[in-house]
Amino acid sequence: MNQDYGDNILTLEDVHTYYENIHALKGITCTVPKGSIVCLIGANGAGKTTTLLTISGVERARRGRILFEGQNIETLPPEKIAALGIAQSPEGRQIFSRMSVMENLEMGAYLRKDKEGIQQDMEWVFSLFPVLKDRYRQKGGTLSGGEQQMLAIGRALMQQPKLLLLDEPSLGLAPKIIERIFETIQEINKNGMTIFLVEQNAHMALTTSDIGYVMETGRIVLEDDASALLENKEVQKAYLGE
Amino acid sequence: MDFSAFILQQMVNALFLGSIYALIALGYTMVYGIIELINFAHGELFTAGAFIGVIVLSGLQQIGWVETHFVLTLFIVFGLAMAYVAVLGVALEHVAYRPLRNASRLSALLSALGMSIFLSNGMMLSQGVSDRAYPQVFGLESIDFFGAMISHSQVFIILLAFVLMVGLQFFVHRTRLGKAMRATAQNRTIARMLGINIDQTIRITFMIGPALGAAAGVMVGLYYGAVRFDMGFIFMIKAFAAAILGGIGSIPGAVLGGLIIGGIEVAWAAFLPSAWKDVTTFTVLILVLYLKPSGLLGESEADLRV
Repeated sequence: MNQDYGDNILTLEDVHTYYENIHALKGITCTVPKGSIVCLIGANGAGKTTTLLTISGVERARRGRILFEGQNIETLPPEKIAALGIAQSPEGRQIFSRMSVMENLEMGAYLRKDKEGIQQDMEWVFSLFPVLKDRYRQKGGTLSGGEQQMLAIGRALMQQPKLLLLDEPSLGLAPKIIERIFETIQEINKNGMTIFLVEQNAHMALTTSDIGYVMETGRIVLEDDASALLENKEVQKAYLGE
Repeated sequence: MDFSAFILQQMVNALFLGSIYALIALGYTMVYGIIELINFAHGELFTAGAFIGVIVLSGLQQIGWVETHFVLTLFIVFGLAMAYVAVLGVALEHVAYRPLRNASRLSALLSALGMSIFLSNGMMLSQGVSDRAYPQVFGLESIDFFGAMISHSQVFIILLAFVLMVGLQFFVHRTRLGKAMRATAQNRTIARMLGINIDQTIRITFMIGPALGAAAGVMVGLYYGAVRFDMGFIFMIKAFAAAILGGIGSIPGAVLGGLIIGGIEVAWAAFLPSAWKDVTTFTVLILVLYLKPSGLLGESEADLRV
């Protein structure tokens, strides 16, 4: 893997995050090359969500560095990190339940001023997830789980980010919808967006990604090309149920 | 006055009183919606608005503007009272609530109570303990509305309250900042991840809510003809009840709650011993909360957390 920051849009160096005095991230080091899909897999509670929240600035790294396009972001507040071009579709589909689908998407574009571009991206999101177009006036809270997931991803896409963080996009969804979501992730990536994905569904994540990281209790224990991890005996045993 | 005119008269009175409760209740509900805090100092902000109103209005009366520039005078009085209290609201948030944003809710509540006492005493020391008369600029003429007599001040106050509420509705549903305010109220963390500056949206909430309360304060002064440093208390209790009744956190709920509380009070006083009207008001509140704890238009506690 290339260690030059010019090719890595995101670099984490020895990142430590605590909840009160619980040591949640115990020195995470990883890189996300520009234009790639990178996934972080691992069991529940391994620290995957904490990693994404730390990148977004919602949780603070107590130690270590986070570089986005070569710039330190570990001390910036979430709204500044969003402005730099990092969007996150958070775990558990946290959409604005009392706002309409349309308003949720508009909030994604909160920092943008290019009206035409916003309109185009809105059409793009509707073409990726046609069901959202049918329900654009409905309150977010009235959508089904799968639709809320699509809305959360759509809202993040409206931010027009350089780096898209996806937390468990498959959580609680039917297999057919999971496939649809992962197809969409690849489609988005082909348009040039870099994607950092956190998943418990290791098979789906690794078949979609270029590079994979395996996390256990706050540490990264394995990293390789995603296709190599799919062949890895330990990974197969622990995460792929083979 | 025949019976139908009497009923109409009472309905207008209810609309009038309800609008005032609604304006004050909006301040409670908006602040609660965005930072989950009952702003106990809101009643004092309302009173501060009434005092700024009487000071400005008395001044303008002395230079004769009430006669020569009546509409402009009202505009200046309401404008200055609302602007002053908006600044006071922002200062209050900055000093008393922002430092406690991540502290327990009990700490913030105590801070709110402390600010209430502080502001109340401040007004007592600066404005005195006795009633202060409001210049009666509307006179005593009334409009004959199908037999009901509606005073000019009532017409003006009902219309202004309506305009303010429509304006608020427009702001929170149609403007970028208003939507960002609702987004902050629904999920602060996600709002930040979308680039929304929540310090800004919270600050704006603390401008609008208190400003609406200040407008209500001037209205009360104009209609009842006097202000006093502790006048906020009874209005605060009623408006707070209105916000809870409608569902705290819900803007349409605050308006509905205000109108219902105003309606009950007026209806009771029209037909039954008026000394019991407050008892009735709160009995209705207790009944509604017993049947629907989240209030008439409130989301359940679970939904508010999402």
